Amino acid sequence: MLELKSVRAGYGSFQALYDVSLEVREGEAVGVIGPNGAGKTTLMRVVSGLIRPTSGSIVMDGIDLAATPPHRIVELGVAHVPESRRLFARMTVEDNLKMGGFVPAARPKFRRQLDAVYELFPRLRERRRQLAGSMSGGEQQMCAIGRALMSEPKLLLLDEPSAGLAPVLVEQVFELVRRIRAGGLTVLIVEQNVQQVLRVVDRAYLLKTGRIHAAGKAAELLASDSIRQAYLGV
Amino acid sequence: MLSLGLNLVFGVIDVVWICYAELIMLGMYGMYFLYTVYHQPIWLAAAGCILGVGILGVMLHVLVIAPLLGAAPINQLLATGGVLFFLQSAATVLFGIEFKNLGLRLPVLTVAGMFVSYSRLLAFAAALIGMVLVYLLLTRTYTGTAIRAIAQDRRIMPLMGVNSRRIYLITSGLGGALAGLAACLLVLQYDVHPFVGLSFGPITFLICVLGSLGNFAGGFVAAFVFAEIISVGGLYLDLEWGYVFAFAFFIVMMFVRPEGLMARRS
Repeated sequence: MLELKSVRAGYGSFQALYDVSLEVREGEAVGVIGPNGAGKTTLMRVVSGLIRPTSGSIVMDGIDLAATPPHRIVELGVAHVPESRRLFARMTVEDNLKMGGFVPAARPKFRRQLDAVYELFPRLRERRRQLAGSMSGGEQQMCAIGRALMSEPKLLLLDEPSAGLAPVLVEQVFELVRRIRAGGLTVLIVEQNVQQVLRVVDRAYLLKTGRIHAAGKAAELLASDSIRQAYLGV
Repeated sequence: MLSLGLNLVFGVIDVVWICYAELIMLGMYGMYFLYTVYHQPIWLAAAGCILGVGILGVMLHVLVIAPLLGAAPINQLLATGGVLFFLQSAATVLFGIEFKNLGLRLPVLTVAGMFVSYSRLLAFAAALIGMVLVYLLLTRTYTGTAIRAIAQDRRIMPLMGVNSRRIYLITSGLGGALAGLAACLLVLQYDVHPFVGLSFGPITFLICVLGSLGNFAGGFVAAFVFAEIISVGGLYLDLEWGYVFAFAFFIVMMFVRPEGLMARRS
């Protein structure tokens, strides 16, 4: 479904990704794990078009995303839940969700999608008239994921969904990811919470200082010594 | 009214159009030429004026603002300030410095012993309708929601599938059109000359700052408060004293609430 081949990208003269290649197949959940500053967020941004790669290719269902204007990438079925959520804090929950369904294809389905999101997150229905910024961190994360789902995506990019949340909520967020997966959506998730994310995804890549260091089935990575030593510190 | 348009542009694009009042001046000249010189019906002149100034707003954005979006705020201020002098001088050369007016006197109504000028009533009604329309646009449509969203976080707009450039153009056009509407109303009451912008430009800005720049509701309240102070002050003393009080109020407020009347966390 999504394939990155030797992607290089960065900010100005700083290069964040060196020849990153990875693949996400339809219906799969794939994790990218790695320490702070490994380039995980850059990887997400390069897929959704917020940053353009300096070389390499990013192909989604046969279409080159690197050559697609960023605001058209959503229309191809890619929805990105950005790091630290980035909700429109001074707008209501429902207005935030409306922005998620901005693309022309999603507008006629607005009501149906809204109901589907409220069914997934009943809390959001209760708070739909509330300003997004006034909600708790966990609720905001629900809203951010709901906003991404409004465009009825094929591929969902989750950037550090558990960051900044209390441990109880972290557990809830991963439970949510499981439920979203059960709906058949393909998910690419970037996380620092290695133990937990490896229990949710099928496969994972280890990204370190902009390079892929290891890849494999989630269960294998969880058991492997190199990951434990390099990353978990146990 | 003026503040509404300026607020819209500032809030969304984050650039202050110093020359906003000069767009209105051009709109007033537009009305004068269409109605008085070319004898178009007044409603057609008004429509043309709103449309024309709207297009000017888009042009201002494309030619002056867009290339400077990434530049330091001071450069943007200087650039729009430059447009101000350019428009003033151009108007002086093209139209001369005489005062012009529509030569149209609207009747004065007497309601329960009060004299209400027809033109002021019209201005009030049109401003109200304009505000309601803008409010509906901002809250009910996808484009309007995007205009509010882009004012809060412009960098993630591509993730929503929004083409930011298009939203900026629409907003500039809307800001311009509001200036055009304001011009239609002002020309009913005041004469036009190349420096007419100076007589209400500063007040527009004060109202915007008072109501917190970029905050629509604050703009309404601030405009109302300002108008009240000026007219109540003018009632007991002279009209000029009304302005003195209003500006004194502004200065005091800047000390008390530097963020504006309806401040919010930034």
